[in-house]
Amino acid sequence: MASYVHRIEVQYSRDPRLPTRTERFRSLGFPLRELHLVDVYTIATARRDFSPEELSQIGAQLSNPVVQRYSVDRPTEAGFDCAIEVGFLPGVTDNAGTTAKQTIEDYFGFRFGEGEAVFSSQLYLVCGDLTPESLERLTAALANPLVNRVHVRSREEYAGKGMDAVTPFVHLHDLQAAGTVDLDLPDAELARIGKEGILDPGTGERRGPLALDLAQLHAIRDYFRKLGRKPTDVELESLAQTWSEHCKHTIFASAMDDDVPRGLYKTCIQAATNTVRKEKGDDDICVSVFTDNSGAIVFDDEHLVTCKVETHNSPSALDPFGGALTGIVGVNRDTIGFGLGAKPCINIYGYCVGDPDTEPALFRGKNRENPILPPRRIFEGVVRGVDVGGNCSGIPTPQGWCCFHDRYVGKPLVFAGTVGVMPRTRNGKPLHEKQALPGDLIVMVGGRVGKDGIHGATFSSEALDPASPVTAVQIGDPITQKKFSDVIVKEARDLDLYRSITDNGAGGLSCSVAEMAKESGGCHVLLDRVPLKYPGMAPWEIWISESQERMTLAVPEEKIEAFMNLMKRREVEATVIGEFTDTGRCVVEYGGETVMDVGLDFLHDGLPKKHLRTKPVEATYPEPDVPCPDRLDDLLLAMLKRKNICSKEFISTRYDHTVQGGHVLGPVQGAGRVQAPATLTKVVPGSMKGVGLSQGLFPSYSELDPYRMALAAIDAAIRGLVAIGVPLDTIALLDNFCWCSSDEPARLWQLKRAAFGCYDGAVEFATPYISGKDSMFNDFSGFDADSNPVKVSVPPTLLITSIGVHPDVTTAVSMDAKFDGDLVYVVGETGEELGGSEYLAHLGIEGGAVPSLDIETAKVRYEKMTDAITKGIVASAFPATHGGLLAALAKVAIAGRAGMDLTIPGGMRPDTYLFSESLGRFVVTVAPGDRKAFEEIFGGDAHLLGSVGGETFRVSAGERTLIEQPIKAMETAYKAPFGGY
Amino acid sequence: MARAYNARALIMSGYGINSEMETAEALMRAGMASDIVHINDLIAGEKTLSDYRLMVFPGGFSYGDDTGAGNAYANRVRNNLWSDVKEFLAGDNLVLGICNGFQILANLGLVPAFDRDYPREIALMPNRKGVLECRFVTLKPAADNLWTKGISHLYCPVSHGEGNFSCSEETLKRIERENMVAFRYCRDDLSPAGGEYPYNPNGALADIAGVTSADGKVLGLMPHPERAMEFVNLYDWPIQKERLKREGKPLPTESMNMRFFRNVVDYFGR
Repeated sequence: MASYVHRIEVQYSRDPRLPTRTERFRSLGFPLRELHLVDVYTIATARRDFSPEELSQIGAQLSNPVVQRYSVDRPTEAGFDCAIEVGFLPGVTDNAGTTAKQTIEDYFGFRFGEGEAVFSSQLYLVCGDLTPESLERLTAALANPLVNRVHVRSREEYAGKGMDAVTPFVHLHDLQAAGTVDLDLPDAELARIGKEGILDPGTGERRGPLALDLAQLHAIRDYFRKLGRKPTDVELESLAQTWSEHCKHTIFASAMDDDVPRGLYKTCIQAATNTVRKEKGDDDICVSVFTDNSGAIVFDDEHLVTCKVETHNSPSALDPFGGALTGIVGVNRDTIGFGLGAKPCINIYGYCVGDPDTEPALFRGKNRENPILPPRRIFEGVVRGVDVGGNCSGIPTPQGWCCFHDRYVGKPLVFAGTVGVMPRTRNGKPLHEKQALPGDLIVMVGGRVGKDGIHGATFSSEALDPASPVTAVQIGDPITQKKFSDVIVKEARDLDLYRSITDNGAGGLSCSVAEMAKESGGCHVLLDRVPLKYPGMAPWEIWISESQERMTLAVPEEKIEAFMNLMKRREVEATVIGEFTDTGRCVVEYGGETVMDVGLDFLHDGLPKKHLRTKPVEATYPEPDVPCPDRLDDLLLAMLKRKNICSKEFISTRYDHTVQGGHVLGPVQGAGRVQAPATLTKVVPGSMKGVGLSQGLFPSYSELDPYRMALAAIDAAIRGLVAIGVPLDTIALLDNFCWCSSDEPARLWQLKRAAFGCYDGAVEFATPYISGKDSMFNDFSGFDADSNPVKVSVPPTLLITSIGVHPDVTTAVSMDAKFDGDLVYVVGETGEELGGSEYLAHLGIEGGAVPSLDIETAKVRYEKMTDAITKGIVASAFPATHGGLLAALAKVAIAGRAGMDLTIPGGMRPDTYLFSESLGRFVVTVAPGDRKAFEEIFGGDAHLLGSVGGETFRVSAGERTLIEQPIKAMETAYKAPFGGY
Repeated sequence: MARAYNARALIMSGYGINSEMETAEALMRAGMASDIVHINDLIAGEKTLSDYRLMVFPGGFSYGDDTGAGNAYANRVRNNLWSDVKEFLAGDNLVLGICNGFQILANLGLVPAFDRDYPREIALMPNRKGVLECRFVTLKPAADNLWTKGISHLYCPVSHGEGNFSCSEETLKRIERENMVAFRYCRDDLSPAGGEYPYNPNGALADIAGVTSADGKVLGLMPHPERAMEFVNLYDWPIQKERLKREGKPLPTESMNMRFFRNVVDYFGR
């Protein structure tokens, strides 16, 4: 217990952020005059105190005398009306506190011990007359009760004594041991264990859901009956992790109906890849697919590139900042954990959230208890999470998108992806292969283990106890990860110091060690050796904890000294926690006793098989019946302001997209700065090649036609890359299914249709899947303001990410119109396909025909586009997607800050022609001198609409003017919705 | 392409520094070999500062910008390497800090360093907008010195949350009087940014993007020339390419930003 506690407060003399911060909160509706911010460090020591002089030295180390002042054990004085202090709850990662602690340690040359720490907090000094309700709302906007502690004082209460010094240490008492669990129970009782968890003998409470169904529990019971003993809690928790939907993807693996006996994954995703690889023969681009933490394709003769896209949905619903931060640094580890370690070189993000201008009244509990976070809070939180995670890790984050839909209010979808690069071989050995051997030591590297993330994002009863660590959510520590990422990928890998590596993600050590144990044929773990954040954790908790920033490695005995020495020099904590074996068993010891001893075959393959049944959804929607306006000016501006079309540039500029020096085509392009659907990045210095990335996502098509929805996503992802000059035959795909209610036959039918679309699209385009992930239950179940039960399910969502290799980035094409006089073409055919379109969403109509795709024709067109781009006769190219041709033309014009004079063909209603989201189309501008060459390549597939020029965007149909708008007004509209972010 | 100079560069790394590889690449392309050295290896004596002529603090997020950008790393340098650094500064050597490196130099007092006491006299405060800003900026040399020689302008990214240059009025006067402002943010036409966003991306006093020490041998620079070494790295390269192509001119391979690194390397080539 700390005996000496001191509080250092640091404040800017003139805070440059004050106007922006104040303005931001005023725009959220708080009547503030000013909102000041003070950084607080609370230093708690047990063995020694600091003298006043030493505390001043500490204050000087933690502040900058040029622009800041600090006070020691004395409240900051300022004119204000109330003070709100926001700190962390016990056990929440406190990065600023840790840095302050290290600085003090370095300065005085001593180490903080057990029960000693520095805690950071932020003190907001509020000037303004806030009502108690307003103050409560402000507090809710500044803090998240799941991770933060909040203390509020009025000016009178604050006077003279300031805020209390709070030290949120974790206090856990009893030393925990493993227990056994009796599974010889009636089914009802057994099912309860599966749903609510093991009954904790100490607390008398359930430990949280195992998510095991009755069939699985029977299989486990029968296994242990044969062994003649009861399972321990460690074994049961471990099996629950390994068999979870998250790890085993049962829905994609199980037989479905009569036509998919091998399951959707094998039948649609893996089979598509196998077919494509076989057909491509020697031109196969795949190096590693589906088996490792990422997928990998050939980059050039010396390098390969990896890619993986993950989701972090549930954590982001509860703590958007922490959820998104751990999402991005987590998928970075899928890169570091690929093969023997690839270097993360590009980050990818994607956010599906509710409309941030709405505040739906939804609650997790009855009687308006436990409200959901409002969409804006979630949106800003996830944006900031990837900001901190990506930026601090030194990985550029150029590629991403946002999608807004009311059905994401209960559960946002947060996609995070990473591309990695690695040499193909080292000393003649391929780097993408790894193999732990019997006798290799199991080494855990990185952060320490706490109760973080145990049982995922469930509300545990413990969270209500003020001294209990937070378990439901986690905040990442990107610097701890950066330290081990650097030493592993830039040093240890090339010194050949380990034989295998994987990341600790879902299921923590229980999954990472058991997964690697497959390579050697077994493992023997000494759980007492695992370094903990605080004492008092039970063995099952240590084994399944999802504490962040950890890797597990297999280090040969003869290299262990060199390995540990290198980690020590880089100040990276590394601990030998056991040994890989060839016993065929996963054995775990704790306190000298065996707490787990399960056969690897049962652990990995003992899961009972399922057979899923689907039920077709007969969706019939009438074709829309609204008149076409005479002029489309207002529609154009309204469409440019739609959140799924307008600029979200504030994200692009907050995310460093230039670090590592490979920026070629970034997230915003042209003088008018329009967000691009595809980006191009160099990842190997000196090479002419680059990595192109794009994405496709059409959740608004899903309920209408899930098969076509999947084709649309595949086509958009591929077309985005083709438009910048990436050839089709270098492109690989990644699939992320985020479904809802996947226990309902109708949802499973939609899933099957989408998966069939995935197979057809990939095979016909000859673009293999290299990696994928699914998240099947994105449903919110709660209550409305009147305590009526409410279920909000996300629209079935499929994200297709495309990665391709640009052969020569100097031939790449950006999206902005270039020069007056250039010709404007649409390449590809436009049909009457408004189903699920942004236009119909704008009109509030659900229905219509979802765009279809003739892939054979599209493929020929895309190959011609690559040819034209290689020949240098394309000045700009842009794929028409959300918002149709008009949104595409407008974006190309705004990006070039150039007017256009266009005439659309007759034969179709102008609004249908301009807003139809027909697939396969590009808007292209061409220099007049290249007209002949261009038209020779495309023939009748290229439709000349007009030319670039002036400062007005004009669209006519025959003699009739449809639109006449200054480009400036369009740019203003395009950038308006998120202007205040 | 590489010229064989005996002088080697020491590029600092560790604790969240992240631009060491592209910085080494830029120096290599300009003709100077370098070693990327973890600060702990310097502290442990496994590498020695005096073996080098150029010390570079590259960009990054050392210690996650906690306790102020560059502050914690600067403390680690001051608490462990201070005498070596002072000795290095006394020799005929150069020190360059880019972005997080500039923040470290400012916290160490290596710029402006009017005297050899190295107090902190300038600060790189949080950006006016309060968030990280990543975008291309145009820089114009504000002094004629070894770093700016022959440069008409640089066009390269800023990417920082804390680059808002600040100091007292007297310090500013002295920095300007002694020609220590190396680069200022400016508009596309090279006229002064006048504090206007986004030309001046962070609110920096007097549009200051980079300053040298009083003796001119230390430079701190917020923007990243090492992130735009090539023509295709420039934000506006697609339209420049289209223009050059139509004028029948060849495309450059390098960007103008390489001149900056050549200047650094040329210093040792006398």
